[in-house]
Formats: sequence, structure tokens, C-alpha cells
Amino acid sequence: MAKKKIRIRAKMKGDVTEVKALMSHPMETGLRKNKKTGEKIPAHFIREVTCEHKGKKVMVASWGVAVSKNPYLSFKFKGAGKGESITISWTDNKGESATADTKIG
Amino acid sequence: MKRRTFLKGTVASGMLGVAASAGLLAPRMVLAAWPESAFDAKSVDGALDALLGSVNHAESNDIKIKAPDIAENGAVVPITVSTSLAAESISVLIAKNPSPLACSFALSGSTQGFVSTRVKMGKTSELIAVVKSGGKLHSAKKTVKVTIGGCGG
Repeated sequence: MAKKKIRIRAKMKGDVTEVKALMSHPMETGLRKNKKTGEKIPAHFIREVTCEHKGKKVMVASWGVAVSKNPYLSFKFKGAGKGESITISWTDNKGESATADTKIG
Repeated sequence: MKRRTFLKGTVASGMLGVAASAGLLAPRMVLAAWPESAFDAKSVDGALDALLGSVNHAESNDIKIKAPDIAENGAVVPITVSTSLAAESISVLIAKNPSPLACSFALSGSTQGFVSTRVKMGKTSELIAVVKSGGKLHSAKKTVKVTIGGCGG
């Protein structure tokens, strides 16, 4: 089991906060086969990513298997200030989840 | 006396059963928010209908897709969608993937019309970005040529 990790960077540019996040996840499609045994590798992918700022959901992403391994995500939002914290969390199709937060710089 | 303990036992286990099923139901309800039928859909129209309730989308010049013209590795295709429309949601579909819907982003009012991520593409295909704004669907397309597919093994 790979480490459940989310790396987040959040930066203010004027009044817009740019958030970049990198998650560690295999993102298996369920279509790939193990070359040795010929068995299908079961699907294992992140379904939902939520970003919260001050308890308010700024962005909710629904993902399918077509998102690349170790997913990268970036978006921008208004209304935040320097030093405030944002939280990003994901849940995958096996019910596993991870959460991380960072301060906007 | 025996009957009484028996009854107590059944009541207690009954309560446990209820508690357990309630516990089991909770995570399922969370997952229900994920639009499974949309991600399972095998066509672009099917996915749009299941996700956004409509297949009618008008091409718009206010949506820009930034993606490579030629992707050497289909497993990692960087894509950025930006729009000047007041977007409620941004969805990315890949026409020729086994399940076209790749990802969908629900945006709050303060969030800008900008998302960037990386997707897998099975073969050369059209990328379609669909933006929901003011109850209407707007779209933009871009063809990305893939030299090595990213969906197989």
C-alpha cells in the first residue's frame, strides 16, 4: 500500500488564490491485466476530491478512472486571505481516504 | 424465566442489527454523491445526460482547452480548461475512451473558471470540455494525437 499523501501548494496572486495539489494514488482503471497471470487488476481510483476553505466547499471534483496515476489538480478561487488554511481530501472506490491541509502563502 | 431471557436476547440482537445496518448505510450514502451512471456511460451523450441531465451543448469561444497537440504518452496528458463564463461545473470528456467521462469539477461561486489536471487517453481522440453556466451547457473541443495509449497494460 502506497503512502497516502497529498501535497498542496496555495498561493495568492492579487485577490485570487491558486491551489495546486498532487496526490499519491495508483488510479487503476480495472481494464489493465497482470502480464504474468493474465488476471485483471481490480479498479482502484479516487472518486471524489473536496477542497474546503473556512468550512465552505470551494471545489468538489468527481473523477473517473481516466485521471492519471498520482493525480495532479489545480484550480483558482477568490475570497481567501494569506495565512488562512485550506483542506483537501479524497475518497476512493474502496472507501479509503486521505486529508491534508496547508496555509495560503 | 428462560423465555424472558430469550426475548431479551432477541431484542438486543435486533437492536444491534439495526445499528449495524445504519452504520453500513452511512458510507454508501456518501458514495451515492458520485455519479456512477455518468462514469459508466459508454458514449459522450450518455455521460452528459447522466451527469448534467442534458446532451445539448453549444460550442463557445469563451472556453479554452490547453492540451498538447501530440501526446507521446497517453497515460499522462496534461489538460487545462479555462473559461470566462460563470461556471457552475467543468467536465472533461474524452470521446474515444472506454468511458468518455474523465472528470467533473463542481465549482462554488467564488471559484474561478479554471481547472487543470492530467488524464489518460486510450488513443487519438477529441477532448471535450463542457461548462455549465446559467443552466446551459457550453463546450469546446480539441483533438489530441496519442502515440502510445494510456489505458491498456
